Amino acid sequence: MKSLKSRNGLLCLAGLVLALLIPQIIDNNFYIDVLTLVLFSAFLGQSWNILGGYAGQFSFGGVVFFGTGAYASSILFRSFGIDPWIGIFGAIAAGAAMGAFIGFISFRYGLKGSYFALITLAFAEFFRIIANSVEFTGGGVGIFIDYNPSLTQLQFDNPAGYYYLALLMTVISLLIAWWLERSRFGASLVAIRENEEAAEALGVNAFRCKMYAICIAGAMGGAAGTFYTQKFLYLDPPIAYGIGTSVEMLLVTIVGGLGTIFGPLVGAFVLHSINEVARHYLEAPGLSMIVYGLILIGIVGFLPNGLIGLFRRRQKKMAGGDDA
Amino acid sequence: MLEITGLSKSFGGLAAVSNVGLTVEEGKIISLIGPNGAGKTTLFAMVAGFLKPDSGTVMFEDQNITGMKPHRICELGMVRTFQVTQPFAKLTTLENIMVGAYCRTSNRELAEANARRIAKQVGMKASLDQAADSLTVAGRKRLELARALATQPRLLLLDEVMAGLNPIEIDEIVDVIKKIRDTGVTVFLIEHVMKAVMNLSDYAYVLNDGVRIADGTPTEIANNPDVIEAYLGHGAAERMRVEGSANA
Ligand SMILES: Nc1ncnc2c1ncn2[C@@H]1O[C@H](COP(=O)(O)OP(=O)(O)OP(=O)(O)O)[C@@H](O)[C@H]1O
Ligand SMILES: [Mg+2]
Repeated sequence: MKSLKSRNGLLCLAGLVLALLIPQIIDNNFYIDVLTLVLFSAFLGQSWNILGGYAGQFSFGGVVFFGTGAYASSILFRSFGIDPWIGIFGAIAAGAAMGAFIGFISFRYGLKGSYFALITLAFAEFFRIIANSVEFTGGGVGIFIDYNPSLTQLQFDNPAGYYYLALLMTVISLLIAWWLERSRFGASLVAIRENEEAAEALGVNAFRCKMYAICIAGAMGGAAGTFYTQKFLYLDPPIAYGIGTSVEMLLVTIVGGLGTIFGPLVGAFVLHSINEVARHYLEAPGLSMIVYGLILIGIVGFLPNGLIGLFRRRQKKMAGGDDA
Repeated sequence: MLEITGLSKSFGGLAAVSNVGLTVEEGKIISLIGPNGAGKTTLFAMVAGFLKPDSGTVMFEDQNITGMKPHRICELGMVRTFQVTQPFAKLTTLENIMVGAYCRTSNRELAEANARRIAKQVGMKASLDQAADSLTVAGRKRLELARALATQPRLLLLDEVMAGLNPIEIDEIVDVIKKIRDTGVTVFLIEHVMKAVMNLSDYAYVLNDGVRIADGTPTEIANNPDVIEAYLGHGAAERMRVEGSANA
């Protein structure tokens, strides 16, 4: 087991070095952009994973934190002249506050399972409509963000800059998940996921733990919002609070492996790859979506613990073989 | 240590527990017995904060804990197990017990060390890395006990930890419980296995239809006509007395 652990540590290190070198190795803006999106997806997925995968609170409205963060830093810049590199902390705070708000309303009244999933969906829709109808979000017209590449704007004149920012965020999200797996807080979340009543009996303050979890998820979602607006330079209500992003967040996590450190990253990589390949090679319109859907059904249907689960099974088998 | 007064709980029209009072003395093993549906589990649930009583109070170490949340009560030093075992199914035995151990420390190494020590104490050392949902009935019962013990309680509420076990397993658990008591933990247990009740308890309370009908030492209880009636039906005590004298 010891050697397995240190081997996994080495693998992580090697992966990080490779990730850092990629813009040097691949001199192709398209691929760098795709990889940036993979990392962005993985980061958003990890936000969902903390609440859904570890704490077992499935949300259908994970996008609500992303949208709130995106509006927060954009409005901070547009209306108050606060640069995004500071604004991102405003976005993190706004995302966390949104988490606290939704969490308090849902968990205070004991909403679980599909009820929790539905209320988060309802909140995302609610804020989409609000963002559409008020002035300071730019309403339906949206917000156009000026392009002034510089670190203080979190904007870059080449794709590698965005890639490295996304990589930094993803590494931080992996560290958060790693910390969860080793801490009392993480153990409490998993206990709540497995059996909330039993967790309470053993001294776990389920309400408080779930509140922390949704605030962390919110903070991460908020940061992702700033990244998105500074890269794509435009924000409107369907982007900020669209259900597509919510689905993507939970999909990459489920495909990769719920409640695992690397699940969202693996899921994001695989799903984006399938998507790109299908789009590239299948001419007939819509066909790529069908193939994509079939592969998805296969993964979700046959791998209950995601791709990471498949990998773990093999690793366990190998470890068992070593012992024998 | 634990003092319950006038505790009542109804579900719809059904009075599951009516005006029950009892005391659990420190350092003892106290039993709560009674036929199926007597209200024993309901009483435990109220004591441990899982159900809000309709009326009555629960005092734990001179502190009123009525209506307090389960996790707070656990922190104060009282923990319950579940009659229907509630394992964290996908976690290993060790991880299950560690959740309990984390009640007293946030240090991972310490929690793990405590969990391993307790696994040994309840005889689960061999299944530490086994997933909880693959444990046998006996294993799950032990796990309930181990997890609860890991929270380092001063009062342990055990709800039928021997149900479904074979006689050998029961003897083992009886032994474990006695040893727990010897470490200074007070034990309050619900049990149907009469041999264990007789063997373990310093004192017993009997519940029937939500009402406390008797209390005393195990021997007193076993000879109490009300108790025999409650278990065996109306007139049973009289029949037994007659048969007993006829045999003599
Ligand atoms: N949540 C509930 N809702 C409605 N009725 C309940 C509920 N919990 C218990 N009851 C009823 O209350 C009564 C007492 O149940 P309880 O589980 O406390 O009995 P018990 O003494 O533990 O029985 P057993 O020995 O079978 O475990 C039963 O009639 C039961 O059906
Ligand atoms: Mg019961």
